[in-house]
Amino acid sequence: MTSAADTARAVRAGERRATDVLDEALAAIEARDAELHAFNLVTADAARAAAEAVDRAVAAGNDPGPLAGVPVALKDNLCTRGIPTTCSSRILDGWRPPYDATVVARLAAAGAVAVGKTNLDEFAMGSSTENSAFGPTRNPLDPTKVPGGSSGGSAAAVAAGYVPLSLGSDTGGSIRQPAALCGVVGVKPTYGRVSRLGLVAFASSLDQIGPFARTVEDAALLLEVISGHDPGDSTSIPESAPALRQHLADGVAGLRVGLVREFLGDGIAPDVRARVHQAAEALAAAGASVTEVSVPAAAYGLSAYYVIAPAEASSNLARYDGVRFGLRVDASTTPEMYELTRTQGFGDEVKRRIMLGTYALSAGYYDAYYGTAQRVRTLILRDFEAAYREVDLLLSPTSPTTAFAFGDKTADPMAMYMNDVCTIPSNLSGHPAVSVPFGVGDDGMPVGVQVLAPALDEVTMFRAAAVLEAAAPAAGPASGGGAG
Amino acid sequence: MSEVLPDGWEMVIGLEVHAELLTETKLFSGSPAHFGGEPNTNIDPVTLGLPGALPVLNRQAVELAIRAGLALNCTVQRSVFARKNYFYPDMPKGYQISQYELPINVDGWLELPDGRRVGIERAHLEEDTGKSTHMGSGGGRIHDAEYSLVDFNRAGVPLLEIVSRPDMGSSEDAKDYVAELRSILVAVGASDGKMEEGSLRVDANVSVRRVGDELGTRCEIKNVNSLRSLGRAIDYEAQRQVDLIEAGERVVQETRHWNDDTGRTQTLRSKEEATDYRYFPEPDLVEVDPGPTWIEAVRAALPPLPAARRHRLVDEAGASTRSAAVVVERGLDELVLAAVAAGAEGARAVTRAEHDLADDRARALDPAHFAKLIRMEGAGQLTATQAKAVLAEMVEDPSRSPADIAAAKGFEAMDHGELEQLVDGLIAAHPEDWTKYCAGEDKVAGFFTGQVMKATQGKADGKAVNALLRARRG
Repeated sequence: MTSAADTARAVRAGERRATDVLDEALAAIEARDAELHAFNLVTADAARAAAEAVDRAVAAGNDPGPLAGVPVALKDNLCTRGIPTTCSSRILDGWRPPYDATVVARLAAAGAVAVGKTNLDEFAMGSSTENSAFGPTRNPLDPTKVPGGSSGGSAAAVAAGYVPLSLGSDTGGSIRQPAALCGVVGVKPTYGRVSRLGLVAFASSLDQIGPFARTVEDAALLLEVISGHDPGDSTSIPESAPALRQHLADGVAGLRVGLVREFLGDGIAPDVRARVHQAAEALAAAGASVTEVSVPAAAYGLSAYYVIAPAEASSNLARYDGVRFGLRVDASTTPEMYELTRTQGFGDEVKRRIMLGTYALSAGYYDAYYGTAQRVRTLILRDFEAAYREVDLLLSPTSPTTAFAFGDKTADPMAMYMNDVCTIPSNLSGHPAVSVPFGVGDDGMPVGVQVLAPALDEVTMFRAAAVLEAAAPAAGPASGGGAG
Repeated sequence: MSEVLPDGWEMVIGLEVHAELLTETKLFSGSPAHFGGEPNTNIDPVTLGLPGALPVLNRQAVELAIRAGLALNCTVQRSVFARKNYFYPDMPKGYQISQYELPINVDGWLELPDGRRVGIERAHLEEDTGKSTHMGSGGGRIHDAEYSLVDFNRAGVPLLEIVSRPDMGSSEDAKDYVAELRSILVAVGASDGKMEEGSLRVDANVSVRRVGDELGTRCEIKNVNSLRSLGRAIDYEAQRQVDLIEAGERVVQETRHWNDDTGRTQTLRSKEEATDYRYFPEPDLVEVDPGPTWIEAVRAALPPLPAARRHRLVDEAGASTRSAAVVVERGLDELVLAAVAAGAEGARAVTRAEHDLADDRARALDPAHFAKLIRMEGAGQLTATQAKAVLAEMVEDPSRSPADIAAAKGFEAMDHGELEQLVDGLIAAHPEDWTKYCAGEDKVAGFFTGQVMKATQGKADGKAVNALLRARRG
């Protein structure tokens, strides 16, 4: 399949029609999505109108933008004007946002063609997309396995070749982990790099929107389009979008890369660990100096995260009360209506986190839970900053294992939560991180390696990602492969 | 010490005042901040708490909060918004954005008209809720409502919550405090101060104790919609608490509802029923740190405040503390001071402003005309009764001069009796000149006429003076 960069070039040059590109994407979706269920909704008519507008612009001699005619899939927690936005939850039944998320508007302004809304764990709470109220998404590389989550639909849509690009959201690894499990590139930008306006909040201080792509260049292209200050999001960093693509070929010679000791321990599967070491060798072969570094507080990231994220979620999800939009289960009194609506509207994992978060914020427990978690968060940030005084980038696994089978971890929330042990610390620190496919594990399923960078240094992060992409082993066990 | 409680008892009052800030738009969105009118017209995704909507802080609201804080002698500090979580149909997000641990204004005070100070603990920013109307036979309560209607026009309107220290000992103190707070907020343009319309809302924390004892258990009184109600509610509540204790019972900490019709407070919810608001820092907003430059610019632009204006009226016009309070309350202090500067007698100007200018339109009076009127009265050209009549006409039509009005009313000619008194006084004061005049030195008449003109500031009729002099010479 053609890359987004090539498609946009061809469409802008008048060599390909956006409508033809769209037809291919829709045909691919039609052919396989009944099986995979990457999409909650395919918006073929709106997509066709957008593609025709791109073609008209080109015909009129106008430039539709850097993503001209590129089909893009949107995680179904991004608001789309007039188009259902469900968060894969029954509680948003029937709701159509009266506005586009900032990222959705920026995609349209860049000439991209949104083809539909992708499946997710309900309200982005999960690591396998099994928590969707509309049924799970399957991993395109092995439909008996999960695609990861929560942005499993967006990862699968790219991995299945439906579209070259998609958007997800990452609160504790929800872009990087499914990217790793589906064998695509997934980026969590610096917190504040991409506007959250129009992203349905899970945990506001951790949520960040980012791209999925099959190539590092495409991920860079998409991130350039969606980044940049938005006055509509108070936490948006007042900086313009970074110029990423012009540095992709800069290499890593002279860069100092640290392997994170805490993320290479017993909890990480040996085949995944082997790929990470192999990736380190590849970076060294390209001229980087690789050392082992420690981010001690990162070990407590998971614990802190499962206090902070549910606490914020318990508040963010209070608005789903049946009063103004979405599901309302009628009852004889308002308090009963709240109770029935929320009982029937939310799934188990969402309820679990609302209860956890409500408890963590309760009078008498606040200091012990939320207060302590915030202090841990500060320590993690401090440890990362200390590490970045020694090295330019950090390297780790993205996920402890390759994709697992459906039902493997649904009975044990802790086992599921452990999926994000390597990704969560970056959400707590706000730092950027990217998952790059790097060979496969013993089961033949993709392994992702994670490159972590200091705040706002996506440029250096992408340089390393490009080197890893070029060095990635095609197949075969880690022991047999080399940097090539 | 209160007069309403039995001997040996005193009440302790602290007030929480919510003032709607006079911004163009809401605290966190671009919808107009004025409400009333057609329900659910001034709304937007932020106001409705739609998924994906984000708050953006209104700079004007922060400016008004700083203005009010400085006027209340507060320290303006770095502040953080927090979420106050609870469910209610008119609370769109399931939480109210307020300030909790770090409010924008702390540690101020307000000076009552009699010079005493009431401490201000904090004055913080928060958003207002919508308005619910519960329909059906439940008497307007949500639990028994057949259905409820919600108007979100008010949701998100910026409020400044001003929390006093428990420094007040009577309902009179409390009313004075609210009146003074209201005039300060109005003076700095932060609020329109309309208690009856709900743009200024007062909750009272009331407790009682035997004189000298530790603080007693307090109750919070809500639904007080006028100064008069505030006074009645506090006196009722304090007496209720004293009665309880004297009957051997205990005061239970709770929120009570004032019923203006029955003149009683009744339990709204007990402390046990109080919501756990689960405050935590609002992650959708960043901290507000106005910094010294902004704060000092706001301070420099503050208008003269009521206390300073009262002091000036006392110093420059000789007003009593009580008169000064009334005149400043009416916004007539500039008028009085201008009259004094133009040579009018301060005490007389204060008297007229205090007793005869209750009309709101008095603020539009021409200071030169007012000064002239006070001088005319002082010079005896107008009697007190005449001066009041002329003043009333001046309020009706500020373009007319007092002299014109007096002429039109036939007040111009000086009262003959007054003139006689004046001339007789001069004769008595200048016996040598009078002897000369009686001896035939007619030119001495000019001296007396001059003295009369001086005393009447030229308003006396010279021929009448001469006729009087001749008549007295016999």
